[in-house]
Amino acid sequence: MKCGVVSFPGSLDDADTVYALNHVLGVEGVPLWHKQRNLGEVDWILLPGGFSYGDYLRAGALARFAPVMDSVVEFAANGGLVMGLCNGFQILCEAGLLPGALVRNQSLLFVCDEVSIRVERSDTPFTNLCETGERLRLPIKHHDGCFVADESTLRRLEDNGQVLVRYVDADGETTAAANPNGSLNNIAGIVNEAGNVFGMMPHAEHACEDLLGGADGAKFFRSIETWLTKGGRA
Amino acid sequence: MQAKVYVTPKAGVLDPAGKATERGLHALGFEEVHDVRLGRYITMEVDGDPVEVTARLDDMCRQLLANGVIEDYRFELGESGSL
Repeated sequence: MKCGVVSFPGSLDDADTVYALNHVLGVEGVPLWHKQRNLGEVDWILLPGGFSYGDYLRAGALARFAPVMDSVVEFAANGGLVMGLCNGFQILCEAGLLPGALVRNQSLLFVCDEVSIRVERSDTPFTNLCETGERLRLPIKHHDGCFVADESTLRRLEDNGQVLVRYVDADGETTAAANPNGSLNNIAGIVNEAGNVFGMMPHAEHACEDLLGGADGAKFFRSIETWLTKGGRA
Repeated sequence: MQAKVYVTPKAGVLDPAGKATERGLHALGFEEVHDVRLGRYITMEVDGDPVEVTARLDDMCRQLLANGVIEDYRFELGESGSL
């Protein structure tokens, strides 16, 4: 199994992601440079966190013009699995691969914390090893993580079951106090309508082994591997 | 010619930076202030005839300078140094 990990200028979590893939998850992490158009033989693609292109203009706004993104868009259009974490989520929204946008945290503060998220669906490529309603602990570190969308887009996301994870409290409830950034409906991560592109603010790649405080993040990676190994079935 | 582009948060989109600035103004005694919205102001020199430049600027705003999900934009065109 090979996962292409894209490095943009200003990406921070690309090396950590490749480490988690290679040394913890037993998946070959293939670094992809932002200037390359050929993705090579990768089974799925991850857009890592960081501050691509300095987050100039808007978070994620400039990364979508990198040559590699043309290939990522094509890969996704052909049904390939793409996961974007943190800045990767912002890039997917700016590139139009996911609806909505991520804006400045409501608190205006950069938030570095551990949060609880609730898995809303377990019949997807990204969450098939989780239980529906399962609560996971993952780290966050972002300044622009407040998910917004217009009313009709939000309704469509909810009606289609495109919200995969939400911020919750210890009881699994979507309270305002459990929402670290002001995201609408406590949304922490969504998929596109086709279900093959997933963006999430929390850092699954930083929670793949107990030594780092928890291994809940590994469930997303192992879900993808399981999905692809089974030829795309939950 | 010179273009000035104004990008502002859409009505209804939460603008926490605007809110914080408003609180700051209130703290300084400017209590008459409300609905502060923070945006972005971009200037640029553009070559071409005005009609074409207007259309091209609109494309620039839609494709990059503003994010239509969260932001509105408007722009002014004038001779270099006139705006």
